[in-house]
Amino acid sequence: MTNFWWIIGGVLFALLNTAAGLIWVERRMLALWQDRYGPNRAGPFGLLVVLADTLKLFFKEDWIPPFADKIVFVFAPGVVMLSVLMSFVVMPFGPHVIVADLNIGLLFFLAMSSLGVYSVVLGGWASNNKYALLGAMRGASQMISYEVFMGLALMGVVVLSGSFNLREIVEAQRTMWFIVPQFLGFLIFLVAGVAETHRLPFDIPEAESELVAGFHSEYSGMKFGMFFIGEYLGITLISGMLVTLYFGGWLGPAFLPPVIWFAIKTFCFILLFILFRASMPRPRYDQLMEYGWKVLFPLSILNLLVTAAIKLWLNN
Amino acid sequence: MPIINIDNKNYEVKEGKNLLEACLSLGLNLPYFCWHPVLGAVGACRQCAVKVFKDADDTKGRIIMSCMEPVKDQLRMSIDDKDARSFREHVIGWLMINHPHDCAVCDEGGACHLQDMTVMTGHSYRDYHFTKRTYNNQYLGPFLNHEMNRCIQCYRCVRFYKDFAGGKDLDVFAAHNHVYFGRQQDGILENEFSGNLAEICPTGVFTDKTLKQHYTRKWDLTSAASVCQGCGLGCNILAGERYGAVRQITNRFNAAVNGYFLCDRGRYGYEFVNSDQRIKTPMVYHGPAEQSNGIPILDHVHRRMVPGKTIGIGSPRASLESNAVLKELVGADNFYLGVSAADHDLVSLSLRLLRQGPVRAASLQDAAAADVVLILGEDVTNTAPMLALSVRQAVRRMPVAAAQQQVHLAAWQDAAIREAVQDDKGPLFILSVQETKLDEIAQGAWHTAPDNIARIGYAVSHLLNDAIPEVTGMSEQGRDIAATIANTLKTAAHPLIIAGYGGGSEAILKSAANVAWALHDLGIDAMLSFTVPECNSVGLEMLDGHRLESALGRALNNGIDTAIILENDLYRRLNQHSAERFFSNIKNVILLDHLYNATAEKATVILPAGTFAESDGTLVNNEGRAQRFFQVFAPTSAVQESWRWLLQVAAVCGHTTLSSLQHLDDVVKYMATTYPQFDGITTLTPDAHFRLAGQKVPREPHRYSGRTAMLANKNVSEPKPAEDEDTALSFTMEGYRGEPPSSMIPFFWQPGWNSVQAVNKYQVETGGPLHDGNAGKRLIEPNVNGHTPFYTEVPEPYLPLKEHLLLVPCYHIFGSEELSIHTPGIAARMPAPYLLLHSEDAKRFQVTEGHLLHFMDNGHHYTLPVIINDTLQQGVAGIPVGLPGMQIAEVPQLIKV
Amino acid sequence: MFSLVRSMWLIFLHMFHKRETYQYPEQKAPLPARWRGRIALTRDPDGGERCVGCYLCAAACPVDCISLQSTEDESGRRYPEFFRINFSRCIFCGFCEEACPTYAIQLLPDFEMAEYSRQQLVYEKEDLLINSEGKYPGYNYYKVAGMAIQGKNKGDARNEEPPVDVKSLLP
Repeated sequence: MTNFWWIIGGVLFALLNTAAGLIWVERRMLALWQDRYGPNRAGPFGLLVVLADTLKLFFKEDWIPPFADKIVFVFAPGVVMLSVLMSFVVMPFGPHVIVADLNIGLLFFLAMSSLGVYSVVLGGWASNNKYALLGAMRGASQMISYEVFMGLALMGVVVLSGSFNLREIVEAQRTMWFIVPQFLGFLIFLVAGVAETHRLPFDIPEAESELVAGFHSEYSGMKFGMFFIGEYLGITLISGMLVTLYFGGWLGPAFLPPVIWFAIKTFCFILLFILFRASMPRPRYDQLMEYGWKVLFPLSILNLLVTAAIKLWLNN
Repeated sequence: MPIINIDNKNYEVKEGKNLLEACLSLGLNLPYFCWHPVLGAVGACRQCAVKVFKDADDTKGRIIMSCMEPVKDQLRMSIDDKDARSFREHVIGWLMINHPHDCAVCDEGGACHLQDMTVMTGHSYRDYHFTKRTYNNQYLGPFLNHEMNRCIQCYRCVRFYKDFAGGKDLDVFAAHNHVYFGRQQDGILENEFSGNLAEICPTGVFTDKTLKQHYTRKWDLTSAASVCQGCGLGCNILAGERYGAVRQITNRFNAAVNGYFLCDRGRYGYEFVNSDQRIKTPMVYHGPAEQSNGIPILDHVHRRMVPGKTIGIGSPRASLESNAVLKELVGADNFYLGVSAADHDLVSLSLRLLRQGPVRAASLQDAAAADVVLILGEDVTNTAPMLALSVRQAVRRMPVAAAQQQVHLAAWQDAAIREAVQDDKGPLFILSVQETKLDEIAQGAWHTAPDNIARIGYAVSHLLNDAIPEVTGMSEQGRDIAATIANTLKTAAHPLIIAGYGGGSEAILKSAANVAWALHDLGIDAMLSFTVPECNSVGLEMLDGHRLESALGRALNNGIDTAIILENDLYRRLNQHSAERFFSNIKNVILLDHLYNATAEKATVILPAGTFAESDGTLVNNEGRAQRFFQVFAPTSAVQESWRWLLQVAAVCGHTTLSSLQHLDDVVKYMATTYPQFDGITTLTPDAHFRLAGQKVPREPHRYSGRTAMLANKNVSEPKPAEDEDTALSFTMEGYRGEPPSSMIPFFWQPGWNSVQAVNKYQVETGGPLHDGNAGKRLIEPNVNGHTPFYTEVPEPYLPLKEHLLLVPCYHIFGSEELSIHTPGIAARMPAPYLLLHSEDAKRFQVTEGHLLHFMDNGHHYTLPVIINDTLQQGVAGIPVGLPGMQIAEVPQLIKV
Repeated sequence: MFSLVRSMWLIFLHMFHKRETYQYPEQKAPLPARWRGRIALTRDPDGGERCVGCYLCAAACPVDCISLQSTEDESGRRYPEFFRINFSRCIFCGFCEEACPTYAIQLLPDFEMAEYSRQQLVYEKEDLLINSEGKYPGYNYYKVAGMAIQGKNKGDARNEEPPVDVKSLLP
């Protein structure tokens, strides 16, 4: 039982620190790719910028606009943190490092990440601001649309492994990572994952060049900080899921412990997310929806059918 | 109405105009220099070239000067034609060959017609690489700066100065490309209208010297529509302010009053606003006091206002609002008119004559349209300068009409018409006590004592109407003069009779009215023009109150504790003796005024009153035209309008009627309802709630600069700009950018037209009224009921008395007015005190020119240098009025030498 | 699609590029001469104030942060009686420099003018005037203008004829 609490504590500690550290990582990496330095003044390599940012957010006036729906306004940023952290419950960081080894792990992940949309919608609605509302509407439609084929894309993996249990899915990749048979599924999940976390280039709900700051225009201080941290947790979650589902999870040569392998792989994907941000322009809203429904959705169905067909053929 | 075709579009235009006028009236942009709406066209500058075509098939066309071509039905022309455009551009290019690289240091820059026209034609690059011509400048006196290098030889200056204003000392010299516009030698420009050269000159040859001393570009001025305070004519002006000081007065076009011009007193007499003598803080016993003895200043006033023993003394130089509020505050029984006995008698008489008689008062523009002019006892150039300019135009009326008959040309063909007219003058008759400037253009000018002038007036009216008794004992010469004048007047269509305060005689006014009324009875459209001494003399008289001497009498009977004196120096209204007695018999003097003067020395409480630049108000001019003037800027000191001070006093006193009034509109409404004679002044200008497209009218142009730096030396955080709650104008540059109603135009500007010439764009047609009519409303209309109340008591002739002289007033354009002499330039042109004597009288008293003559009046000793002037009648002596140091208030009067 | 991958790759390669950043307080950036920084009033080659108080800079200023009052000395040479720039409003757009007909007002490559108090950012003429001709050496406005000033009479300027003799009728 003590082991269980150690795991929960360890996961929470690692995650929150990762999310905070990502503030620094993202700014440094963006700077690197843009031939700059990024934060390099506070502490060694500017590491203390994380502390500075956090302190700043804490000391900012915790302001609620007088025209806002107060209860919902406070509630919304909590939802994003909660839903993302809940998703990590089923994430296998190592063969035994997992909070709850559910046999419906993958479905639980999908369910939890769907809840994330509430924070966007509620935050935008409660702000009582037209930009915030526009951002929230975009966020809702974007996330609902992309969730559909995110789920469908994952079904290929489920078909191959024959299980919803994430630990078993990892185990099923001992011979070959699913990236090979499920390359198309991987691409679709990657795109959908970016959209799900509304990261660039799919940051249409925020879209600062059009909507000020979208759904969190009215947020400041630590409530804004929760959205901020929620976003980084989202990146970590999607990266971790990509590793788990397509890159063999904790599996790796024995000279490093499994958890480390998991961390390294996840970190690579986090860097990929940051590279997306550094290199891609934001599509128009209608382009985004068109791309989702007219391209990715048919492809994900095709992927599922073909995978299922091959699996049946091989089994016969 | 003819239809002309401009650039393939048909326009209906007015007959008798030239093409340039037609184009400008249609709102089309066509450059010009030498043409001016009132000076006409001479085709000198070659700038307004357009192309005309024979018919629709003619593609070649020919270039003509639009200002020299009359409008013709079905005429086809093109402004936009390539050849015409390039012609105009080249003309500017040539003008620019010798124009110096001066715009940065030129006072005209930013309001320069030459700059505007250069931009309009598109000339932008100098092709000529040789040398520039230069000229030496001249000293032209305290009003105008001369910078001859900038001249583009349009000849407007001499055409205005010599041909229009009758000046003699500005002319063209030298020849070919060396022509020089200036005086024969350095010296003061003598003409009283010289200041208009600054506006007439399309570039910076003649510029305003007072502006130069505190130079500000036109775009940096906070301006407002105002009314000149210099005399009783009420010319419309624009006053511009920057950094809390009035910087410039320019003409505000009003087709019924001053037209395009102003006199030099009006243009340059504004600097009293910036004087060191200004009262800026409330004072109690000459100590600055917002809170003296811990009591607010208004309580100081309130404590001194003993009911029944407090009187108010109004002022002819304060607004109607201030006077009316004072009258209400102290009660009609305690309200006295702060004017001298002579001024009161003359102004109230002229008001009576205009109200009761059947003849209307002439506006300045009516006067300019008169065909025969008779001036009785008035030196118009000095008492009402702009009226003299109108008379000069009236004198040309008949010869021009005759010349037009002869040469069949329109009146705007200035050069040709002048050639045909030569020196012909229309009928102008002057009867005055001494020679006047207008004598030179008069058909007859005679000089005699005031009573004799009146007798000739009566004689003329007798010849016109038998109801007036014959003047007995007339000399042969007098009878001839009367016959000449009467015969000419009978042939006139619109004769004008001018008289006024300058003659100092009620009999002259009555005789003038008799002449005009007699003409009216003959079915002739006669006009009367009575000059009045100050900007609101007529308004004060219309408000009505007791004479100032009765206040003196009441003070001597200990009937007065406190006198509230409104914008007045009683030492200019009463002789020194009476004034001293008045002040020594009352306990408290509460003065509202803007300059320290002799009365301020006697005041126990002084409230700083706003000048015209810091106040809103209404003035009534000699024609009976009520006109609104607007506050130009919000002062940073405690200075505010007199009526506002009085309203605040009334609020402290708990006055029932006045406590409910707060803003200008309230006061105006109160006046219109209380006094039927002021009915209609609510419509002078839109009220404070008026908005254009939801916005106020800005006093500052859109290019106004320095808002975030002007006050940054005091505090880097900009203060909130002042708000104007009294009018629909704002003190800032924010507001409606289009054309405001004509009564509140703060400055003339249109895209591409930065100079004063932008006024074209505000007019119905060039030279015509502004778009929504002329500002102002006539409050006095004649009483036409078939009965003419002729005067029949002819005065006795004046005969010189031994040992005595009859002192008659001599007014001076520069010096006789109280406020304008605080301007250094005007003070420099002011004459020294003198006594004007006939040479025979001089012999009688054994003095010669320059000798000091000593005489006594009311216990005052006067010693004045003698000036010999033989145009005076014997036994009459002229004495300047209003000069500082001259205290005689009662002229004419007989004195013993 | 390929272009997206390609641009990602190209940007990834920037990891190995040299960084452009100057480590400012330790390492000063070389500023070009036309850098629009602190505003100064320059002087003529002969040491006189170049500013003639024409108000064009004030009119051109989009934030209205320049105010001045022109005046003139006994000889007719114009100069600003006061000249004030509120640098807390200035946006360093350089319009004033472009508007200046005498090259008097110039923006210099100096931007280190931070203050703890906003009031300190209000510069008067004494703070603005420098003892240099700035970027335009040799230019003297009065040598090309037509006005006569001390030491330069009518006809003495560049490309000018001697003053016209009004009394002569010779061609």
